[in-house]
Amino acid sequence: MTINESLVFERSMPGRQGYRLPALDVDETLLDELLPADLRRDDDLEGMPELSEPDVVRHFTRISTWNYNIDLGMYPLGSCTMKYNSRLNERVARIGGFGNLHPLASDEDAQGALQVIYELQHHLSEITGLPGISLQPAAGAHGEMTGVMLIRAFLDARDGVGEGDAPRRHLMLIPDSAHGTNPASAHLSGFTVKTIRSTPEGQTDLEHLREICATGDVAGLMLTNPNTVGLFERDIREICRIVHEAGGLVYMDGANMNALVGVARPGDMGVDVIHLNLHKTFSTPHGGGGPGSGPCCCTTELEPFLPVPRVVRDGEGFKFDFNFPRSIGRVKAFYGNFGMFTRALSYILTHGPDGLREATEAAVLNARYIAHALTSDYDKPFDAPPMHEVVFTDKRQSRKGVHTLDIAKRLIDYGFHPMTIYFPLIVQGAMLIEPTESVGRQEIQQFIDAMRAIAREAQDTPDLVINAPHTTRIGRLDEAAAARKPVLRWKPEEKATAA
Amino acid sequence: MSNIPENLHYSKDHEWIGVEGDTGTVGITDHAQHALGDVVYVELPKVGDQFESHQSFGSVESVKAVSELYMPVAGEIVEVNESLQDEPEKVNTDPYGAAWMVRVRITEAGAVDKLMTAAEYEDYTKAETE
Repeated sequence: MTINESLVFERSMPGRQGYRLPALDVDETLLDELLPADLRRDDDLEGMPELSEPDVVRHFTRISTWNYNIDLGMYPLGSCTMKYNSRLNERVARIGGFGNLHPLASDEDAQGALQVIYELQHHLSEITGLPGISLQPAAGAHGEMTGVMLIRAFLDARDGVGEGDAPRRHLMLIPDSAHGTNPASAHLSGFTVKTIRSTPEGQTDLEHLREICATGDVAGLMLTNPNTVGLFERDIREICRIVHEAGGLVYMDGANMNALVGVARPGDMGVDVIHLNLHKTFSTPHGGGGPGSGPCCCTTELEPFLPVPRVVRDGEGFKFDFNFPRSIGRVKAFYGNFGMFTRALSYILTHGPDGLREATEAAVLNARYIAHALTSDYDKPFDAPPMHEVVFTDKRQSRKGVHTLDIAKRLIDYGFHPMTIYFPLIVQGAMLIEPTESVGRQEIQQFIDAMRAIAREAQDTPDLVINAPHTTRIGRLDEAAAARKPVLRWKPEEKATAA
Repeated sequence: MSNIPENLHYSKDHEWIGVEGDTGTVGITDHAQHALGDVVYVELPKVGDQFESHQSFGSVESVKAVSELYMPVAGEIVEVNESLQDEPEKVNTDPYGAAWMVRVRITEAGAVDKLMTAAEYEDYTKAETE
């Protein structure tokens, strides 16, 4: 058994401290002269934990070892592309000229940073086949929102604005398998969301798409490709043609670009605008606050509306250009999360075109290997070979009362981070597995062996799975109670009951 | 198996409606709450809101996912079950009773007849789960 770690508040010892101020060598000033009494607290910091420096360091170091992270092992969280974050990228991001650059430095003092932005823009345009680009958005949903704002600005310029600032065309079409942020972005830009059905094979239903496009009220389509069940939308060209003929634009959610980089380009498929996730596809840190980065790439038709400032050539050098009168404006303070740009550019340059293509091929091969290996143990709702991620369900195991949540918890006992569960919503009991290219054959085999062992346990000793995890400090958490009656902060009076 | 009261009407989206005069009481079925798992939050419309049939009028959030609620018939909201704000778990424990969600004034005559009977709904859920 392992012992739980008490909180810093509970570890506090009166009078213990981590610092000692040196003797005062200037004249003393009364606090009242610096800060009025009504702005100060008078309780002598009652309740603040009192700890020594080693107390604090050891506390946080101990709890940090309980975490699961990408440096510890495979993290097969479908749709999240949890790939390895290379040490070289981290080193590049810490080069003094980048890491210590002041965000308000003038263009001439920031030429190196501007060049990083310019070159990264160039590479991402090349990879997506879309020439217009802004690196400002801070994460995926933000890039998505920016993309939909570009569509709205383009349509308003082309068709005029409707009554009460409403769009002339109302409908934003979104497949039923989409990420939940898609409808949110559409709604925030004033569009009405209309759901497009998926076929039993997991593809966008073209008949349904044609039917709705015939109404003439379609502003655009938001499509993830490969889609969230891990399948490539084979009819993507036809889909784009249908939407374009109906006067709408096609936004592609770039969440799953790890299946396409170096192999196929959204711009060539007919997509008008896409966002990328540098924290997924381009190996910048994902999770734990990242921060993320969600560049937005678009066609030349949408380019005039991109956020300002934009980084452009200026003679031999580079500059921020604010002079784009039709721009939707700024979407992020300064110029996005710059630290991610250096890492992503480092990733792209160290791989080169052949390396990026190889990474994509390995990511798809790994997912297909898992898809093939687990088909005998788990129900796979779609027959088509998956791209970079594969979805299974708990259909067989649920006959014994073992569900997706139980399988995910049991996987923790085998030393793996669980896969994405209960997403996409159109697959009942979904388990979405994305190994990425960062795992080798042995580790994939260990994962497959673990999943097979769990399938056997579900058959022979279902309670073992239903009550998992068993090897963690805390067993199965009551997720329903946590959501219904959340305890959001520690309170001194609850100390006794928490023990 | 799941509980399907005889006196209610059922939609393909797993909502039930009980009718008295031109007023209908709407909630989700026992089958639906079972599929959702532990419900942790219910989002409902305001009194006076109007909906078409099949239009989304709110959502239920379970530990697994957020699911839309769809109106089984067209109507105007006349009452909302505010108690579900504090006790969403009632959706799991008493889906046909304490966890009714909204009362509507039905604005479309004969709309209820297009819904399924208890027997039809039982067949429908069986077909859906295989």
